[in-house]
Amino acid sequence: MTSITQRKRHPKDVMMYIAIYFCAALSVFLLLGIIIYVLMKGIGQVNWQFLTGVTSILKGTVGIAGNILNTLYIIVLTMLIATPIGVGAAVYLNEYAKPGKLVSLIEFATETLSGIPSIIFGLFGMMFFGETLGLSYSILTGTFTLVLMVLPLITRNTQEALKTVPDSYRSGAIGLGTGKWYMIRTILLPSAMPGIITGVILAIGRIVGESAALLFTAGSSGLLPAKGIEPFFHKMLESGGTLTIQLYLSASKGEFGAAFGIAVVLLVIVLGINFATKALAKKFDVNAKKD
Amino acid sequence: MRKGETIAKYIFLVCAVVAILAVFSITGYMIYKGTPALGSVGVTELLFGTEWAPTAKDPSYGIFYIILTSIVGTAAALLIGVPIGVLTAVFIAEVAPKPLAAVVQPAVELLAAIPSVIYGLLGKMILNPLMYKLELLIFADSTTHKYTGGANLLSAILVLAIMTLPTIINITTSSIKAVPASMKSASLAVGATRIQTIFKVIIPAAKSGIMTGVVLGVGRALGEAMAINMVAGGAVNIPLPFNSVRFLTTQVVSEMAYSSGVHRQVLFTVGLVLFVFIMIINLLLAKLKKKGEVEA
Repeated sequence: MTSITQRKRHPKDVMMYIAIYFCAALSVFLLLGIIIYVLMKGIGQVNWQFLTGVTSILKGTVGIAGNILNTLYIIVLTMLIATPIGVGAAVYLNEYAKPGKLVSLIEFATETLSGIPSIIFGLFGMMFFGETLGLSYSILTGTFTLVLMVLPLITRNTQEALKTVPDSYRSGAIGLGTGKWYMIRTILLPSAMPGIITGVILAIGRIVGESAALLFTAGSSGLLPAKGIEPFFHKMLESGGTLTIQLYLSASKGEFGAAFGIAVVLLVIVLGINFATKALAKKFDVNAKKD
Repeated sequence: MRKGETIAKYIFLVCAVVAILAVFSITGYMIYKGTPALGSVGVTELLFGTEWAPTAKDPSYGIFYIILTSIVGTAAALLIGVPIGVLTAVFIAEVAPKPLAAVVQPAVELLAAIPSVIYGLLGKMILNPLMYKLELLIFADSTTHKYTGGANLLSAILVLAIMTLPTIINITTSSIKAVPASMKSASLAVGATRIQTIFKVIIPAAKSGIMTGVVLGVGRALGEAMAINMVAGGAVNIPLPFNSVRFLTTQVVSEMAYSSGVHRQVLFTVGLVLFVFIMIINLLLAKLKKKGEVEA
Protein backbone atom coordinates (compact mmCIF):
# COMPACT_ATOMS: atom_id res chain seq x y z
CA MET A 1 0.00 0.00 0.00
CA THR A 2 1.24 3.44 -0.78
CA SER A 3 0.72 6.12 1.76
CA ILE A 4 -1.69 8.92 0.91
CA THR A 5 1.06 11.46 1.41
CA GLN A 6 3.08 9.78 -1.28
CA ARG A 7 2.13 10.49 -4.86
CA LYS A 8 2.21 7.45 -7.02
CA ARG A 9 2.96 7.93 -10.69
CA HIS A 10 0.70 5.91 -12.92
CA PRO A 11 2.64 4.88 -16.00
CA LYS A 12 -0.50 5.30 -18.11
CA ASP A 13 -0.89 8.84 -16.85
CA VAL A 14 2.68 9.68 -17.72
CA MET A 15 2.12 8.48 -21.25
CA MET A 16 -0.99 10.59 -21.58
CA TYR A 17 0.92 13.63 -20.34
CA ILE A 18 3.58 13.02 -22.94
CA ALA A 19 0.92 12.74 -25.66
CA ILE A 20 -0.80 15.93 -24.50
CA TYR A 21 2.44 17.94 -24.42
CA PHE A 22 3.44 16.56 -27.80
CA CYS A 23 0.16 17.61 -29.43
CA ALA A 24 0.28 21.08 -27.92
CA ALA A 25 3.88 21.53 -29.04
CA LEU A 26 2.89 20.44 -32.54
CA SER A 27 0.63 23.47 -33.08
CA VAL A 28 3.32 25.87 -31.91
CA PHE A 29 6.02 24.27 -34.04
CA LEU A 30 3.71 24.20 -37.06
CA LEU A 31 3.11 27.93 -36.72
CA LEU A 32 6.77 28.75 -36.17
CA GLY A 33 7.77 26.43 -38.98
CA ILE A 34 5.35 28.05 -41.41
CA ILE A 35 6.45 31.59 -40.53
CA ILE A 36 10.18 30.84 -40.64
CA TYR A 37 9.96 28.83 -43.86
CA VAL A 38 7.92 31.50 -45.65
CA LEU A 39 10.23 34.27 -44.46
CA MET A 40 13.35 32.38 -45.48
CA LYS A 41 12.04 31.63 -48.95
CA GLY A 42 10.30 34.90 -49.59
CA ILE A 43 11.99 37.77 -47.80
CA GLY A 44 14.67 38.11 -50.47
CA GLN A 45 11.98 38.64 -53.06
CA VAL A 46 10.35 41.54 -51.26
CA ASN A 47 11.83 44.88 -52.25
CA TRP A 48 10.59 48.28 -53.32
CA GLN A 49 10.24 47.28 -56.97
CA PHE A 50 8.29 44.13 -56.02
CA LEU A 51 5.84 46.08 -53.87
CA THR A 52 5.33 49.13 -56.08
CA GLY A 53 5.88 47.75 -59.58
CA VAL A 54 3.77 45.77 -61.99
CA THR A 55 4.72 42.47 -63.60
CA SER A 56 5.86 43.10 -67.15
CA ILE A 57 7.33 40.57 -69.51
CA LEU A 58 8.63 43.38 -71.69
CA LYS A 59 10.67 44.97 -68.94
CA GLY A 60 11.27 41.65 -67.19
CA THR A 61 9.94 42.95 -63.88
CA VAL A 62 7.84 41.22 -61.25
CA GLY A 63 5.63 43.43 -59.12
CA ILE A 64 2.44 43.14 -57.14
CA ALA A 65 1.32 46.78 -56.87
CA GLY A 66 -1.77 45.99 -58.95
CA ASN A 67 -2.70 43.09 -56.70
CA ILE A 68 -2.18 45.18 -53.58
CA LEU A 69 -4.45 47.87 -55.02
CA ASN A 70 -7.10 45.30 -55.99
CA THR A 71 -7.02 43.85 -52.49
CA LEU A 72 -7.51 47.35 -51.06
CA TYR A 73 -10.38 48.06 -53.45
CA ILE A 74 -12.16 44.89 -52.40
CA ILE A 75 -11.53 45.44 -48.68
CA VAL A 76 -12.80 49.03 -48.71
CA LEU A 77 -15.83 48.39 -50.93
CA THR A 78 -16.84 45.21 -49.11
CA MET A 79 -16.60 46.83 -45.70
CA LEU A 80 -18.48 49.94 -46.87
CA ILE A 81 -21.42 47.75 -47.79
CA ALA A 82 -21.18 44.94 -45.26
CA THR A 83 -20.60 47.02 -42.11
CA PRO A 84 -23.89 48.99 -42.15
CA ILE A 85 -25.92 45.92 -43.12
CA GLY A 86 -24.25 43.68 -40.55
CA VAL A 87 -24.52 46.24 -37.75
CA GLY A 88 -28.11 47.01 -38.73
CA ALA A 89 -29.02 43.34 -38.60
CA ALA A 90 -27.46 43.01 -35.16
CA VAL A 91 -29.33 46.09 -33.90
CA TYR A 92 -32.58 44.65 -35.19
CA LEU A 93 -31.98 41.26 -33.59
CA ASN A 94 -30.91 42.68 -30.24
CA GLU A 95 -33.01 45.81 -29.84
CA TYR A 96 -36.17 45.48 -31.89
CA ALA A 97 -37.05 41.89 -32.55
CA LYS A 98 -39.21 39.88 -30.19
CA PRO A 99 -38.36 36.20 -29.98
CA GLY A 100 -40.31 34.30 -32.60
CA LYS A 101 -40.25 32.62 -35.96
CA LEU A 102 -38.64 35.53 -37.83
CA VAL A 103 -35.80 35.90 -35.35
CA SER A 104 -34.98 32.22 -35.32
CA LEU A 105 -35.10 32.21 -39.12
CA ILE A 106 -32.70 35.17 -39.28
CA GLU A 107 -30.39 33.52 -36.79
CA PHE A 108 -30.47 30.22 -38.62
CA ALA A 109 -29.74 32.04 -41.89
CA THR A 110 -26.78 33.84 -40.34
CA GLU A 111 -25.42 30.56 -38.95
CA THR A 112 -25.90 28.88 -42.32
CA LEU A 113 -24.16 31.69 -44.19
CA SER A 114 -21.14 31.39 -41.94
CA GLY A 115 -21.02 27.65 -42.62
CA ILE A 116 -21.13 27.88 -46.41
CA PRO A 117 -17.67 27.29 -47.92
CA SER A 118 -16.12 30.06 -49.95
CA ILE A 119 -16.09 28.05 -53.18
CA ILE A 120 -19.91 27.98 -53.04
CA PHE A 121 -19.98 31.74 -52.51
CA GLY A 122 -17.69 31.97 -55.51
CA LEU A 123 -20.01 29.87 -57.67
CA PHE A 124 -23.06 31.85 -56.59
CA GLY A 125 -21.29 35.18 -57.10
CA MET A 126 -20.17 34.15 -60.56
CA MET A 127 -23.69 33.04 -61.54
CA PHE A 128 -25.71 35.80 -59.92
CA PHE A 129 -23.59 38.95 -59.86
CA GLY A 130 -21.38 38.00 -62.76
CA GLU A 131 -23.82 36.46 -65.22
CA THR A 132 -27.37 37.36 -64.19
CA LEU A 133 -26.54 40.96 -63.26
CA GLY A 134 -23.96 41.17 -66.04
CA LEU A 135 -21.02 42.42 -63.96
CA SER A 136 -18.84 39.60 -65.34
CA TYR A 137 -15.36 39.26 -63.81
CA SER A 138 -14.95 42.48 -61.90
CA ILE A 139 -13.96 43.94 -58.58
CA LEU A 140 -17.64 44.71 -57.91
CA THR A 141 -18.67 41.08 -58.49
CA GLY A 142 -16.00 40.02 -56.02
CA THR A 143 -17.09 42.69 -53.58
CA PHE A 144 -20.77 41.70 -53.58
CA THR A 145 -19.81 38.07 -53.15
CA LEU A 146 -17.61 38.83 -50.17
CA VAL A 147 -20.26 41.06 -48.59
CA LEU A 148 -22.46 37.97 -48.18
CA MET A 149 -19.51 36.02 -46.84
CA VAL A 150 -18.39 38.45 -44.10
CA LEU A 151 -21.89 39.55 -43.09
CA PRO A 152 -22.31 36.89 -40.35
CA LEU A 153 -18.95 37.84 -38.84
CA ILE A 154 -19.96 41.47 -38.39
CA THR A 155 -23.49 40.70 -37.24
CA ARG A 156 -22.29 38.27 -34.62
CA ASN A 157 -19.55 40.50 -33.22
CA THR A 158 -21.91 43.48 -33.04
CA GLN A 159 -24.53 41.34 -31.31
CA GLU A 160 -22.00 40.22 -28.71
CA ALA A 161 -20.97 43.82 -28.15
CA LEU A 162 -24.58 45.03 -27.83
CA LYS A 163 -25.25 42.32 -25.26
CA THR A 164 -22.53 43.73 -23.02
CA VAL A 165 -24.11 47.20 -22.93
CA PRO A 166 -25.96 47.30 -19.58
CA ASP A 167 -29.75 47.52 -19.73
CA SER A 168 -29.64 50.53 -17.40
CA TYR A 169 -28.17 52.56 -20.29
CA ARG A 170 -31.23 51.73 -22.36
CA SER A 171 -33.82 52.40 -19.68
CA GLY A 172 -31.97 55.55 -18.62
CA ALA A 173 -32.14 57.00 -22.11
CA ILE A 174 -35.71 55.94 -22.74
CA GLY A 175 -36.69 57.29 -19.29
CA LEU A 176 -35.31 60.70 -20.28
CA GLY A 177 -37.74 60.65 -23.17
CA THR A 178 -35.45 59.91 -26.12
CA GLY A 179 -36.71 57.88 -29.02
CA LYS A 180 -35.35 54.39 -29.58
CA TRP A 181 -33.40 55.27 -32.72
CA TYR A 182 -31.88 58.31 -30.94
CA MET A 183 -30.91 56.06 -28.03
CA ILE A 184 -29.32 53.51 -30.38
CA ARG A 185 -27.42 56.19 -32.27
CA THR A 186 -26.10 58.15 -29.31
CA ILE A 187 -25.71 55.51 -26.62
CA LEU A 188 -25.77 51.91 -27.81
CA LEU A 189 -23.63 52.10 -30.94
CA PRO A 190 -20.86 54.19 -29.32
CA SER A 191 -20.76 51.78 -26.36
CA ALA A 192 -20.64 48.81 -28.71
CA MET A 193 -17.98 50.38 -30.93
CA PRO A 194 -15.01 48.21 -29.80
CA GLY A 195 -16.98 45.08 -30.64
CA ILE A 196 -18.03 46.46 -34.00
CA ILE A 197 -14.46 47.43 -34.84
CA THR A 198 -13.25 43.97 -33.83
CA GLY A 199 -15.79 42.45 -36.21
CA VAL A 200 -14.66 44.75 -39.00
CA ILE A 201 -10.99 43.91 -38.49
CA LEU A 202 -11.74 40.18 -38.41
CA ALA A 203 -13.71 40.57 -41.63
CA ILE A 204 -10.78 42.38 -43.25
CA GLY A 205 -8.55 39.49 -42.23
CA ARG A 206 -10.97 37.07 -43.83
CA ILE A 207 -11.01 39.09 -47.06
CA VAL A 208 -7.22 39.33 -47.24
CA GLY A 209 -6.92 35.55 -46.95
CA GLU A 210 -9.83 34.71 -49.24
CA SER A 211 -9.17 33.09 -52.57
CA ALA A 212 -11.74 30.50 -53.66
CA ALA A 213 -14.63 33.01 -53.58
CA LEU A 214 -12.66 35.49 -55.70
CA LEU A 215 -11.21 33.27 -58.40
CA PHE A 216 -14.42 33.20 -60.46
CA THR A 217 -15.77 36.59 -59.41
CA ALA A 218 -13.05 39.24 -59.27
CA GLY A 219 -10.80 37.66 -61.88
CA SER A 220 -7.05 37.80 -61.99
CA SER A 221 -5.74 40.96 -63.67
CA GLY A 222 -2.74 42.49 -61.91
CA LEU A 223 -2.65 45.74 -63.86
CA LEU A 224 -2.84 49.20 -62.34
CA PRO A 225 -5.59 51.56 -63.52
CA ALA A 226 -4.50 54.58 -65.55
CA LYS A 227 -4.01 57.83 -63.66
CA GLY A 228 -7.05 60.03 -63.12
CA ILE A 229 -10.42 59.98 -61.43
CA GLU A 230 -12.42 58.27 -64.13
CA PRO A 231 -10.17 55.21 -64.56
CA PHE A 232 -9.96 54.98 -60.77
CA PHE A 233 -13.70 54.43 -60.51
CA HIS A 234 -13.93 52.44 -63.71
CA LYS A 235 -11.51 49.93 -62.24
CA MET A 236 -14.38 48.61 -60.11
CA LEU A 237 -16.01 47.22 -63.25
CA GLU A 238 -12.79 45.60 -64.41
CA SER A 239 -11.19 42.33 -63.46
CA GLY A 240 -8.75 42.51 -60.56
CA GLY A 241 -6.85 39.71 -58.85
CA THR A 242 -6.04 40.04 -55.15
CA LEU A 243 -2.76 39.00 -53.52
CA THR A 244 -4.01 35.48 -52.75
CA ILE A 245 -5.16 34.93 -56.33
CA GLN A 246 -1.80 36.09 -57.65
CA LEU A 247 -0.03 33.76 -55.22
CA TYR A 248 -2.14 30.87 -56.51
CA LEU A 249 -1.48 31.75 -60.15
CA SER A 250 2.25 32.25 -59.60
CA ALA A 251 2.52 28.92 -57.80
CA SER A 252 0.59 27.14 -60.56
CA LYS A 253 2.98 28.57 -63.13
CA GLY A 254 5.96 27.46 -61.08
CA GLU A 255 7.04 31.02 -60.24
CA PHE A 256 7.77 30.15 -56.64
CA GLY A 257 9.90 33.21 -55.94
CA ALA A 258 6.99 35.57 -56.57
CA ALA A 259 4.63 33.20 -54.75
CA PHE A 260 6.76 33.25 -51.60
CA GLY A 261 7.20 37.01 -51.88
CA ILE A 262 3.42 37.42 -51.82
CA ALA A 263 3.20 34.89 -49.00
CA VAL A 264 5.50 37.11 -46.91
CA VAL A 265 3.30 40.15 -47.57
CA LEU A 266 0.15 38.17 -46.72
CA LEU A 267 1.64 36.78 -43.51
CA VAL A 268 2.69 40.25 -42.36
CA ILE A 269 -0.82 41.60 -42.97
CA VAL A 270 -2.54 38.66 -41.31
CA LEU A 271 -0.27 38.70 -38.25
CA GLY A 272 -0.71 42.48 -37.99
CA ILE A 273 -4.49 42.11 -38.06
CA ASN A 274 -4.35 39.43 -35.40
CA PHE A 275 -2.30 41.60 -33.07
CA ALA A 276 -4.58 44.58 -33.72
CA THR A 277 -7.68 42.64 -32.63
CA LYS A 278 -5.81 41.39 -29.55
CA ALA A 279 -4.75 44.90 -28.62
CA LEU A 280 -8.29 46.19 -29.11
CA ALA A 281 -9.81 43.45 -27.00
CA LYS A 282 -7.33 44.12 -24.23
CA LYS A 283 -7.86 47.86 -24.34
CA PHE A 284 -11.61 47.69 -24.08
CA ASP A 285 -11.72 44.42 -22.21
CA VAL A 286 -15.08 43.66 -23.74
CA ASN A 287 -14.29 40.24 -25.08
CA ALA A 288 -11.45 39.42 -22.73
CA LYS A 289 -13.61 39.29 -19.61
CA LYS A 290 -15.70 36.39 -20.78
CA ASP A 291 -12.98 33.79 -20.41
CA MET B 1 -40.14 62.11 -34.72
CA ARG B 2 -42.43 59.09 -34.65
CA LYS B 3 -42.09 58.66 -38.37
CA GLY B 4 -38.30 58.65 -38.11
CA GLU B 5 -38.49 55.95 -35.48
CA THR B 6 -40.64 53.73 -37.68
CA ILE B 7 -38.37 54.25 -40.68
CA ALA B 8 -35.32 53.36 -38.58
CA LYS B 9 -37.01 50.20 -37.39
CA TYR B 10 -37.79 49.07 -40.91
CA ILE B 11 -34.30 49.84 -42.15
CA PHE B 12 -32.89 47.60 -39.43
CA LEU B 13 -35.39 44.91 -40.34
CA VAL B 14 -34.28 45.05 -43.97
CA CYS B 15 -30.64 44.66 -42.89
CA ALA B 16 -31.57 41.60 -40.87
CA VAL B 17 -33.50 40.05 -43.74
CA VAL B 18 -30.47 40.27 -46.08
CA ALA B 19 -29.05 37.10 -44.51
CA ILE B 20 -32.28 35.19 -45.17
CA LEU B 21 -32.43 36.48 -48.75
CA ALA B 22 -28.81 35.47 -49.30
CA VAL B 23 -29.33 31.93 -48.05
CA PHE B 24 -32.49 31.52 -50.13
CA SER B 25 -30.95 32.85 -53.31
CA ILE B 26 -27.80 30.78 -52.90
CA THR B 27 -29.90 27.66 -52.32
CA GLY B 28 -32.15 28.52 -55.25
CA TYR B 29 -29.30 29.19 -57.64
CA MET B 30 -27.40 26.06 -56.67
CA ILE B 31 -30.49 23.93 -57.34
CA TYR B 32 -31.41 25.83 -60.50
CA LYS B 33 -27.93 25.49 -61.99
CA GLY B 34 -27.02 22.14 -60.51
CA THR B 35 -30.00 20.00 -61.50
CA PRO B 36 -30.10 20.26 -65.35
CA ALA B 37 -27.09 17.95 -65.71
CA LEU B 38 -28.89 15.33 -63.64
CA GLY B 39 -31.47 15.25 -66.40
CA SER B 40 -29.21 15.44 -69.43
CA VAL B 41 -26.59 12.97 -68.20
CA GLY B 42 -28.80 10.81 -66.01
CA VAL B 43 -28.81 10.62 -62.22
CA THR B 44 -27.13 7.23 -61.83
CA GLU B 45 -24.61 7.76 -64.59
CA LEU B 46 -23.64 11.11 -63.15
CA LEU B 47 -23.58 10.37 -59.42
CA PHE B 48 -22.43 6.75 -59.59
CA GLY B 49 -20.45 6.72 -62.79
CA THR B 50 -16.75 6.15 -62.28
CA GLU B 51 -15.37 7.53 -65.50
CA TRP B 52 -14.62 11.21 -65.90
CA ALA B 53 -13.80 12.22 -69.47
CA PRO B 54 -15.64 15.46 -70.19
CA THR B 55 -13.59 16.43 -73.24
CA ALA B 56 -13.54 13.02 -74.89
CA LYS B 57 -15.34 12.46 -78.19
CA ASP B 58 -17.88 10.32 -76.38
CA PRO B 59 -17.78 12.16 -73.07
CA SER B 60 -18.62 10.58 -69.73
CA TYR B 61 -19.38 12.52 -66.59
CA GLY B 62 -19.18 10.12 -63.66
CA ILE B 63 -18.40 11.96 -60.43
CA PHE B 64 -18.59 9.02 -58.03
CA TYR B 65 -14.84 8.98 -57.33
CA ILE B 66 -14.91 12.73 -56.74
CA ILE B 67 -17.65 12.38 -54.12
CA LEU B 68 -15.81 9.43 -52.61
CA THR B 69 -12.56 11.40 -52.46
CA SER B 70 -14.21 14.23 -50.55
CA ILE B 71 -15.71 11.78 -48.05
CA VAL B 72 -12.57 9.68 -47.61
CA GLY B 73 -10.26 12.70 -47.49
CA THR B 74 -12.39 14.50 -44.91
CA ALA B 75 -12.78 11.40 -42.75
CA ALA B 76 -9.06 10.66 -42.80
CA ALA B 77 -8.14 14.28 -42.06
CA LEU B 78 -10.41 14.28 -39.02
CA LEU B 79 -9.10 10.91 -37.90
CA ILE B 80 -5.74 12.67 -37.58
CA GLY B 81 -7.01 16.08 -36.55
CA VAL B 82 -9.52 15.20 -33.84
CA PRO B 83 -7.22 13.33 -31.41
CA ILE B 84 -4.47 15.94 -31.80
CA GLY B 85 -6.99 18.75 -31.49
CA VAL B 86 -8.73 17.34 -28.42
CA LEU B 87 -5.43 16.65 -26.64
CA THR B 88 -4.23 20.17 -27.44
CA ALA B 89 -7.48 21.56 -26.05
CA VAL B 90 -6.98 19.46 -22.91
CA PHE B 91 -3.52 20.99 -22.65
CA ILE B 92 -4.80 24.56 -22.95
CA ALA B 93 -7.80 24.16 -20.68
CA GLU B 94 -6.58 21.73 -18.02
CA VAL B 95 -2.94 20.75 -18.06
CA ALA B 96 -0.84 23.72 -19.08
CA PRO B 97 0.65 26.14 -16.61
CA LYS B 98 -0.75 29.59 -17.40
CA PRO B 99 2.28 30.98 -19.26
CA LEU B 100 2.41 27.94 -21.56
CA ALA B 101 -1.31 28.11 -22.32
CA ALA B 102 -0.74 31.77 -23.14
CA VAL B 103 1.68 30.69 -25.85
CA VAL B 104 -0.24 27.75 -27.31
CA GLN B 105 -3.66 29.35 -27.57
CA PRO B 106 -2.59 32.42 -29.60
CA ALA B 107 -0.48 30.14 -31.79
CA VAL B 108 -3.60 28.12 -32.60
CA GLU B 109 -5.52 31.31 -33.40
CA LEU B 110 -2.78 32.40 -35.76
CA LEU B 111 -2.84 29.01 -37.50
CA ALA B 112 -6.51 29.69 -38.21
CA ALA B 113 -5.70 33.07 -39.71
CA ILE B 114 -3.13 31.89 -42.26
CA PRO B 115 -4.63 32.06 -45.77
CA SER B 116 -5.33 28.71 -47.38
CA VAL B 117 -3.18 29.51 -50.43
CA ILE B 118 -0.16 29.66 -48.11
CA TYR B 119 -0.98 26.19 -46.76
CA GLY B 120 -1.26 25.07 -50.36
CA LEU B 121 2.06 26.63 -51.32
CA LEU B 122 3.85 25.04 -48.37
CA GLY B 123 2.20 21.70 -49.05
CA LYS B 124 3.41 21.86 -52.62
CA MET B 125 6.96 22.79 -51.63
CA ILE B 126 7.41 20.59 -48.54
CA LEU B 127 4.86 17.77 -48.46
CA ASN B 128 4.78 16.81 -52.12
CA PRO B 129 8.54 16.15 -52.45
CA LEU B 130 8.41 14.10 -49.22
CA MET B 131 5.49 12.10 -50.55
CA TYR B 132 7.32 11.56 -53.80
CA LYS B 133 10.25 10.04 -51.95
CA LEU B 134 7.84 7.79 -50.07
CA GLU B 135 6.16 6.89 -53.34
CA LEU B 136 9.46 5.92 -54.96
CA LEU B 137 10.23 3.74 -51.98
CA ILE B 138 6.87 1.96 -51.78
CA PHE B 139 6.25 1.44 -55.47
CA ALA B 140 9.84 0.64 -56.43
CA ASP B 141 8.83 -2.78 -57.73
CA SER B 142 5.43 -1.85 -59.08
CA THR B 143 4.93 -1.71 -62.81
CA THR B 144 1.36 -0.44 -62.77
CA HIS B 145 1.64 2.55 -60.43
CA LYS B 146 1.19 5.96 -62.00
CA TYR B 147 3.69 8.28 -60.36
CA THR B 148 2.17 11.50 -59.07
CA GLY B 149 5.27 13.39 -58.06
CA GLY B 150 3.84 13.41 -54.56
CA ALA B 151 0.70 15.33 -55.46
CA ASN B 152 -1.70 12.80 -54.01
CA LEU B 153 -4.52 12.11 -51.57
CA LEU B 154 -2.13 11.66 -48.64
CA SER B 155 -0.69 15.17 -49.08
CA ALA B 156 -4.21 16.60 -49.20
CA ILE B 157 -5.24 14.70 -46.07
CA LEU B 158 -2.28 16.06 -44.12
CA VAL B 159 -2.96 19.63 -45.24
CA LEU B 160 -6.65 19.26 -44.34
CA ALA B 161 -5.78 17.79 -40.94
CA ILE B 162 -3.63 20.82 -40.14
CA MET B 163 -6.26 23.24 -41.41
CA THR B 164 -9.05 21.72 -39.30
CA LEU B 165 -6.95 21.75 -36.11
CA PRO B 166 -7.74 25.35 -35.03
CA THR B 167 -11.50 24.83 -35.34
CA ILE B 168 -11.44 21.64 -33.28
CA ILE B 169 -9.05 23.06 -30.68
CA ASN B 170 -10.95 26.31 -30.14
CA ILE B 171 -14.40 24.78 -29.75
CA THR B 172 -13.14 21.91 -27.58
CA THR B 173 -11.17 24.27 -25.34
CA SER B 174 -14.20 26.40 -24.58
CA SER B 175 -16.45 23.41 -23.98
CA ILE B 176 -13.89 21.88 -21.59
CA LYS B 177 -13.63 25.20 -19.79
CA ALA B 178 -17.42 25.24 -19.45
CA VAL B 179 -17.49 21.98 -17.45
CA PRO B 180 -18.45 22.90 -13.84
CA ALA B 181 -15.49 22.92 -11.44
CA SER B 182 -17.56 20.96 -8.92
CA MET B 183 -17.51 17.89 -11.17
CA LYS B 184 -13.77 18.08 -11.38
CA SER B 185 -13.26 18.51 -7.64
CA ALA B 186 -15.67 15.67 -6.90
CA SER B 187 -13.66 13.35 -9.12
CA LEU B 188 -10.35 14.44 -7.65
CA ALA B 189 -11.76 14.12 -4.14
CA VAL B 190 -12.62 10.45 -4.57
CA GLY B 191 -9.01 9.77 -5.50
CA ALA B 192 -8.98 9.86 -9.29
CA THR B 193 -5.79 11.17 -10.84
CA ARG B 194 -5.85 14.29 -12.95
CA ILE B 195 -5.59 12.26 -16.15
CA GLN B 196 -8.43 9.96 -15.03
CA THR B 197 -10.51 13.02 -14.20
CA ILE B 198 -9.85 14.54 -17.58
CA PHE B 199 -10.67 11.46 -19.63
CA LYS B 200 -13.38 9.87 -17.48
CA VAL B 201 -15.21 12.97 -16.23
CA ILE B 202 -14.38 16.19 -18.07
CA ILE B 203 -14.32 14.96 -21.66
CA PRO B 204 -17.56 12.98 -21.35
CA ALA B 205 -19.18 16.08 -19.82
CA ALA B 206 -17.91 18.25 -22.67
CA LYS B 207 -19.04 15.70 -25.27
CA SER B 208 -21.63 17.77 -27.10
CA GLY B 209 -19.25 20.73 -27.38
CA ILE B 210 -16.53 18.49 -28.75
CA MET B 211 -19.00 17.02 -31.24
CA THR B 212 -19.82 20.54 -32.40
CA GLY B 213 -16.12 21.17 -32.97
CA VAL B 214 -15.77 17.94 -34.93
CA VAL B 215 -18.78 18.70 -37.12
CA LEU B 216 -17.48 22.21 -37.79
CA GLY B 217 -14.16 20.62 -38.69
CA VAL B 218 -15.92 18.34 -41.15
CA GLY B 219 -17.53 21.39 -42.75
CA ARG B 220 -14.21 23.17 -42.97
CA ALA B 221 -12.48 20.17 -44.54
CA LEU B 222 -15.27 19.47 -47.04
CA GLY B 223 -15.33 23.10 -48.15
CA GLU B 224 -11.60 23.71 -48.42
CA ALA B 225 -10.65 24.28 -52.03
CA MET B 226 -7.50 26.21 -52.86
CA ALA B 227 -5.01 24.60 -50.51
CA ILE B 228 -5.80 21.03 -51.50
CA ASN B 229 -6.11 21.97 -55.13
CA MET B 230 -2.42 22.82 -54.99
CA VAL B 231 -1.31 19.52 -53.42
CA ALA B 232 -3.76 16.79 -54.48
CA GLY B 233 -2.83 16.37 -58.12
CA GLY B 234 -5.17 16.76 -61.03
CA ALA B 235 -6.79 13.54 -62.10
CA VAL B 236 -10.03 11.83 -61.10
CA ASN B 237 -9.09 8.55 -59.43
CA ILE B 238 -10.17 6.14 -56.70
CA PRO B 239 -9.20 7.76 -53.40
CA LEU B 240 -6.17 5.66 -52.51
CA PRO B 241 -3.34 7.32 -50.54
CA PHE B 242 -0.87 7.56 -53.41
CA ASN B 243 -3.33 8.37 -56.17
CA SER B 244 -3.68 11.77 -57.72
CA VAL B 245 -7.24 12.78 -56.84
CA ARG B 246 -9.93 15.41 -57.29
CA PHE B 247 -12.19 16.62 -54.48
CA LEU B 248 -15.63 18.16 -55.03
CA THR B 249 -14.10 21.57 -54.43
CA THR B 250 -10.95 21.15 -56.48
CA GLN B 251 -12.92 19.77 -59.38
CA VAL B 252 -14.83 23.04 -59.59
CA VAL B 253 -11.76 25.22 -59.02
CA SER B 254 -9.65 23.61 -61.67
CA GLU B 255 -12.15 23.07 -64.48
CA MET B 256 -14.71 25.85 -64.20
CA ALA B 257 -12.59 28.35 -66.12
CA TYR B 258 -12.43 26.41 -69.38
CA SER B 259 -15.63 24.36 -69.21
CA SER B 260 -18.71 24.85 -71.35
CA GLY B 261 -21.99 23.13 -72.20
CA VAL B 262 -22.76 19.90 -70.39
CA HIS B 263 -19.29 19.85 -68.79
CA ARG B 264 -20.07 23.18 -67.12
CA GLN B 265 -23.51 21.97 -66.05
CA VAL B 266 -21.92 18.93 -64.44
CA LEU B 267 -19.49 21.16 -62.54
CA PHE B 268 -22.49 23.01 -61.12
CA THR B 269 -23.90 19.64 -60.08
CA VAL B 270 -20.60 18.94 -58.31
CA GLY B 271 -21.12 22.25 -56.51
CA LEU B 272 -24.68 21.22 -55.66
CA VAL B 273 -23.50 17.92 -54.16
CA LEU B 274 -21.04 19.84 -51.98
CA PHE B 275 -23.79 22.28 -51.04
CA VAL B 276 -26.09 19.42 -49.98
CA PHE B 277 -23.33 17.99 -47.78
CA ILE B 278 -22.77 21.39 -46.19
CA MET B 279 -26.49 21.93 -45.56
CA ILE B 280 -26.71 18.55 -43.83
CA ILE B 281 -23.82 19.63 -41.63
CA ASN B 282 -25.51 22.95 -40.88
CA LEU B 283 -28.70 21.19 -39.81
CA LEU B 284 -26.65 18.84 -37.65
CA LEU B 285 -24.98 21.83 -36.00
CA ALA B 286 -28.31 23.51 -35.31
CA LYS B 287 -29.49 20.27 -33.67
CA LEU B 288 -26.32 19.97 -31.60
CA LYS B 289 -26.67 23.57 -30.48
CA LYS B 290 -30.26 23.00 -29.39
CA LYS B 291 -29.23 19.88 -27.52
CA GLY B 292 -26.45 21.82 -25.81
CA GLU B 293 -28.95 24.46 -24.70
CA VAL B 294 -31.27 21.84 -23.26
CA GLU B 295 -28.43 20.18 -21.36
CA ALA B 296 -27.27 23.50 -19.98
